[in-house]
Amino acid sequence: MLRMSDKSAATPAVAARTAIAFRGGGFVPGRSAWAAAAAFAALLAAWHLASATGVLPALFMPSPGAVGIALWRLAESGALAQHVAVSLQRIALGWSLGVGAGLACGIAMGLFTLARAAGLPVAMALFPIPKIALLPLFILWLGIGEASKLATIGLGVFFPTVVGAMAAVDNVPRSLVRMGQSFGLPPWRIVFSIVLPGALPGILAGFRISAAIALILLVSAEMIGAQFGIGAFILAAGNLMQTDQLLAGVALLSVLGLAIGALLTALERTLLRWR
Amino acid sequence: MDLAVRGVRHRYGALDVLDDVSFDVASGEILAVVGPSGCGKSTLLGIVGGLLEPSSGSVTTGGAAPQGCLNPVTYVFQDFALLPWRSVAGNVALALEPHRLAPAERAERIAAVLALTGLAAFAQALPKQLSGGMRQRVGIARALVVRPAVLLLDEPLSSLDAQTRLLLTDELLAIWARERTTSVYVTHNLGEAVALADRVAVLSRRPGRIKALLDVTVPREQRGKEAARGALAALEARLWDLIRDEARLADRERADAADE
Ligand SMILES: Nc1ncnc2c1ncn2[C@@H]1O[C@H](COP(=O)(O)OP(=O)(O)OP(=O)(O)O)[C@@H](O)[C@H]1O
Ligand SMILES: [Mg+2]
Repeated sequence: MLRMSDKSAATPAVAARTAIAFRGGGFVPGRSAWAAAAAFAALLAAWHLASATGVLPALFMPSPGAVGIALWRLAESGALAQHVAVSLQRIALGWSLGVGAGLACGIAMGLFTLARAAGLPVAMALFPIPKIALLPLFILWLGIGEASKLATIGLGVFFPTVVGAMAAVDNVPRSLVRMGQSFGLPPWRIVFSIVLPGALPGILAGFRISAAIALILLVSAEMIGAQFGIGAFILAAGNLMQTDQLLAGVALLSVLGLAIGALLTALERTLLRWR
Repeated sequence: MDLAVRGVRHRYGALDVLDDVSFDVASGEILAVVGPSGCGKSTLLGIVGGLLEPSSGSVTTGGAAPQGCLNPVTYVFQDFALLPWRSVAGNVALALEPHRLAPAERAERIAAVLALTGLAAFAQALPKQLSGGMRQRVGIARALVVRPAVLLLDEPLSSLDAQTRLLLTDELLAIWARERTTSVYVTHNLGEAVALADRVAVLSRRPGRIKALLDVTVPREQRGKEAARGALAALEARLWDLIRDEARLADRERADAADE
């Protein structure tokens, strides 16, 4: 079209040609490795500056350096390892119990009409209760020890897992189930070869939600009645106005959250390579 | 193995979809089923394959199944219905899993159908790594690995592009020339119907019933040849004459239904 023939180019009557201007770019987020580092550096620098100039009074908001030193001392004394170990144990056990039971119930509700008809209304009714409200009751039943904390975390992740696992089973394409039936696969084989692998992405996505809930409940429960654990440590530091220690605990929680997220990402990468 | 469909009716709630459909498919015959969209072709195939229960009527098979047949009535699906987490070989193997087979026979069957469909080099590939045409080849290989007596194909090529469709049409013809499997082939592509089938059943608009049954008189092995083109085109034109008014009315009814 631009060059139909050489003759037309030679014709003087042809007007000046117009180049078509590029207008398609943008609206595609790119990458920038240094921007993230710069943002963190700027944040730390501003914090440090505010502390150094006294804008932030050291008693209420210690400098980043002071928080770092507090963390170092905690690590040296072995207290850090102790608190982290106790918290990790609680969240791992509570989460596993709640998610295990939730998966069993949710998958059953995805597969069986009766389980769903009976279970869904119950789950929906109990889902909205903030489970931390039940901790005092669990303390009455189970005592102030580990059991009441585990029950709170477990119950807190149970209901979201039930609902998520049921939805994950629902989302497995029925055409795949029909395919299995058309080849004469028995029902248990359809469940284990088609439904459960098909529901896995949804179930793993639910793990992220339940892990976040578990972390919140862990800290809350530890603040209500515990000697050890990151939540208990933060509360004790606050009571003594040791804000450097308090913020060190908060930083630990942030690291814990990131570590859990990274673990789940690795799990998805290995189990869902087919996506 | 032959197939007899007798007086099949089907309703989805208040919606009459199939009205007294009867036909036979002889052993080794390929019957194409064409009709306007929404007339109940998939419903009919679902009933034939035992995946849907008809409101009334019956489907029976007769005669002996071929040697080594594990799943007499076997589907090829429009959307391929592959398990995305399994490799090509794994998807084909699924069809053998409900059956007790010696490991050697299992491997040999899988290798044979992968070779037949040109997938041998892709045995370990995942579905996401394959083109649409390759995915449907997996669907076909999975159906053939059980040595079916009756193949049911529900628009197997309709989600493929036009060129891939032509390629697979030829491959299906080659497979049928070898296997002579009794088949019911649902399509809305009239060219495909006359290229592949021995007979073509034309369904009316919903509620679907058999409007006509036409023989494709050109022998299958001659259909690729220049000389056969005229006869096939004439047949395709005849089919379109039968369907055009039905399709137009069906389209209008859908528009009316959408207005309500
Ligand atoms: N499960 C269902 N419940 C209710 N109505 C259905 C169901 N499945 C199909 N229908 C309706 O029944 C009619 C026939 O559907 P069917 O899928 O058999 O038609 P088809 O001829 O295969 O159409 P297409 O050419 O679009 O593939 C359609 O009007 C469809 O909307
Ligand atoms: Mg259909």
